[in-house]
Amino acid sequence: MTAVRTETAARLLPATGPAGGRATGHGAGLRDLRAHEQAYGPLPAVPPAHLVAAVREAGLTGRGGAAFPTYRKLSAVSAGRRAVVVANAAEGEPASGKDRLLLEAAPHLVLDGLQLAGRAVGARDAVAYVHAGPLVRRTQEIVAMRAAAGVDAIAVRVVEAPARFISGQESAVVSRLNGGAALPRTVPPRVSVKGVGGRPTLVQNVETLAHLALIGRYGPAWFRERGTAEEPGTMLLSISGAVSGPAVVEAGIGARVGELLELVGGATRPVQALLIGGYHGSWLPAHDLPVSVAGLRPYGATPGAGVLVALPAECCGLAETARAVSYLAAQSARQCGPCSNGLPALAETLGRLAIPGRAAGAPERIAQLAALVERRGACHHPDGTARFVRTALTVFHDEVIAHLGGRCRGTDPRPVLPTPRAARGGGS
Amino acid sequence: MTSVAVDRIACAGRGLCAELLPERISADEWGYPVIADAPLTADLLPDARRAVAACPALALRLTP
Repeated sequence: MTAVRTETAARLLPATGPAGGRATGHGAGLRDLRAHEQAYGPLPAVPPAHLVAAVREAGLTGRGGAAFPTYRKLSAVSAGRRAVVVANAAEGEPASGKDRLLLEAAPHLVLDGLQLAGRAVGARDAVAYVHAGPLVRRTQEIVAMRAAAGVDAIAVRVVEAPARFISGQESAVVSRLNGGAALPRTVPPRVSVKGVGGRPTLVQNVETLAHLALIGRYGPAWFRERGTAEEPGTMLLSISGAVSGPAVVEAGIGARVGELLELVGGATRPVQALLIGGYHGSWLPAHDLPVSVAGLRPYGATPGAGVLVALPAECCGLAETARAVSYLAAQSARQCGPCSNGLPALAETLGRLAIPGRAAGAPERIAQLAALVERRGACHHPDGTARFVRTALTVFHDEVIAHLGGRCRGTDPRPVLPTPRAARGGGS
Repeated sequence: MTSVAVDRIACAGRGLCAELLPERISADEWGYPVIADAPLTADLLPDARRAVAACPALALRLTP
């Protein structure tokens, strides 16, 4: 870890070329691998214990939404034998695009990180779990090319992740890799103890692995040059809604909302509210808050996996939320009674609340259902949904009052939040 | 402190546990168990064991 890197704004996302085109290193050819090695230097042969120590010192936390300290996950899995390491690019969150973008634009950083993580936990097998689509095939080509070039000591196979919201949940990933459906399983045992093939399994978001690949090269002190002391490093954010150029951007953790919106060309219309953290996240008023765990904690929110949606003033926040909760209800694994009954009931009641004049009694019923579903499922799908719903009723309080009075303050019915239809059959 | 816990995936909402251990388990509007936070007192342990044994889905357990 003696390489020196000149700090640029983007660590993970390659800089654009002089003509604005993409930099090299993202293709499936050997030339791209060499360009990557040229740009970042070769993957260092760091001993496992040193790597875990470096990750601990760097303060890297998971970028898949839970922000769990990565060194602790590495330690837990390395305590076992014959581990398996998984790069998680399922990205089931509709408003998130960062994992797919990263895997497309910087696949070698992700795959380097997968090798380093595998080495750190003594894994002999690795998997890249990739959101269904053309990226699966492309990743397979890149993996095959790296294998032919002899750069991957740990064999990697690519597995398609079904394009559903919960496909990327840790135990759902393991279930899929064990040949079952991509649905959560009961824990304990934790996947770090007993996962793929009954073996200790490390599941890491692809962005976490990309950061790991850079920490392995440039060290913890370099990593800590960005972000805050408690939450070091950069993060990728998927910013959309009423902004000029919706995009995935990279920023130091703790960057403020205003600064982030400027990175995507600024708001196109006055912003009524922000959705932070995706559909298990929180609606917040449009304040210039720092996007970090510590910065958002006083507001009952977390950055999650970096989704930020700007809701314009003319939209009805209740209608948006009702639509999103219908989507979330349809995405339930349907394995647990409280979730498979409670989420459709929440969706239906929110649907009523979204119609002015039909809203009577809905806020109370919503509060009752939210309390009834949380912490009563095998995974956090009901909890996340309940939180999202509660924040909607808080932030859109004026709209709730209006709807109870038979009026809607919204004038633009066009949907803002993406709610894809699930493909039926196959793969799940 | 011993309490009861449910495997949410195995649970099919049959409701025997709520009948046998009403001091700690009630059924929600769909028949699924709502387990109270309070730990099991010694006098409740026999009923708790009966509830665990009676679950048709083997979804209930004593913990730890």
